[in-house]
Amino acid sequence: MAAEHGASPLHQFVIERLVPIHIGGLDLSFSNSALFMAISVAVITAFLTLSMSGAKLVPTRWQSTAELSYEFIANMIRDNVGSAGKKYFPFVFSLFMFVLFGNLIGMVPYSFTYTSHIAVTFALAAFIFIGVTLIALARHGWHFFTFFAPKGMPLVLQLLLVPIEVISYLIRPMTLSIRLFANMMAGHTMLVIFAGFVVAMGIFGVLPLALNIFFILLELLVAVLQAYVFTILTCIYLNDAIHLH
Amino acid sequence: MDLASAKMIGAGLACIALVGAGVGIGNIFAALVSSIARNPASQNQITTPALLGFALAEATGLFGLIIAFMILFVF
Repeated sequence: MAAEHGASPLHQFVIERLVPIHIGGLDLSFSNSALFMAISVAVITAFLTLSMSGAKLVPTRWQSTAELSYEFIANMIRDNVGSAGKKYFPFVFSLFMFVLFGNLIGMVPYSFTYTSHIAVTFALAAFIFIGVTLIALARHGWHFFTFFAPKGMPLVLQLLLVPIEVISYLIRPMTLSIRLFANMMAGHTMLVIFAGFVVAMGIFGVLPLALNIFFILLELLVAVLQAYVFTILTCIYLNDAIHLH
Repeated sequence: MDLASAKMIGAGLACIALVGAGVGIGNIFAALVSSIARNPASQNQITTPALLGFALAEATGLFGLIIAFMILFVF
C-alpha cells in the first residue's frame, strides 16, 4: 500500500492552523486553506490590474489574456442567460477566476488545493443556490412556483413530477459542490498514489512516472474544465431563475 | 473475515461505479467524432457541449472513486 511509503495520500488535504484565533466558542484560525485563498485572490488581482494597466488599443500579450478571460465569461453569460444576465457578470466572473486559480494553484507541488474541500465548494454552491432562488422570488413572486409544475401536464402526472422537480431543484447545491470537490480530491489523491508506485517499483518505476506525467496533463485539463463547468452551471441556474421555463 | 480484507473488497466493489463513467464518456466522444465526421463545419459549436457532458459523466464515476478512497484511507 502507498501508505507504507511516507505519508498517506490524503495527507495533502490536512488543514493546519497557521495563526490560531479563537473568539468565543468559534475557531476562526487562519489556516493554510485561508492562506491559499488569499494568495489566489492576490494573484488574480495582480494579474488583472497589472495586465490592464496602460491598456492599449492593440493589446500586448498580457493584456489580451486578461481580455480573453473577460470575453470568455461575457460570451458565456450572453449565450446562456441573455441580456438580463449582464448585471450578474461581476459575480460570475469573480466566481470563475476564484475557482480556476484555486484549481491551478493547487497543481503547484507542495501547495494546498482549497477547492478539494467540500466545506469550501459547498459554501460557494450554497450561496449560489440561495442567491439564485432569491433572484427568482424577487422577479416572479409567487409565480416562481410554477417552475416546478410544467404547463399542459395531466394532473395524475403532475402528482408524480412535481416532487421530482422539487427534489432535483433542492439537490442542486449538493451536486454542484460534490462535482468540483470530488474531481479535485480524486485527481490529487491519484497523483500521490502513482507517485508512491514510482518509489515502490524501483527501476520499473519509470512506467508509473510516465503515466503520472500524463495524469498531470489530465489534471490541468480537469482543473480548467471543472472551473468552466461550475461557472456554466451557475449561468444555467441563473437562466432558470430569470426566465423560468 | 477481518476488517482489513473487508475494506479492500469494499473499495474494489466501489470502483465498479467507474464502469458507468467509462461507458458514458465513451458514448459522448463516439457521438462527437461521428457528428464531426458528418459535418466538419460544426466542430467549434459542438465541442463545448461535449466537454460539458464529459465533465458531468466523469463526476458520477468519481463519486464512486471517492467512496473507495474513503473506505481505504478515512475509516
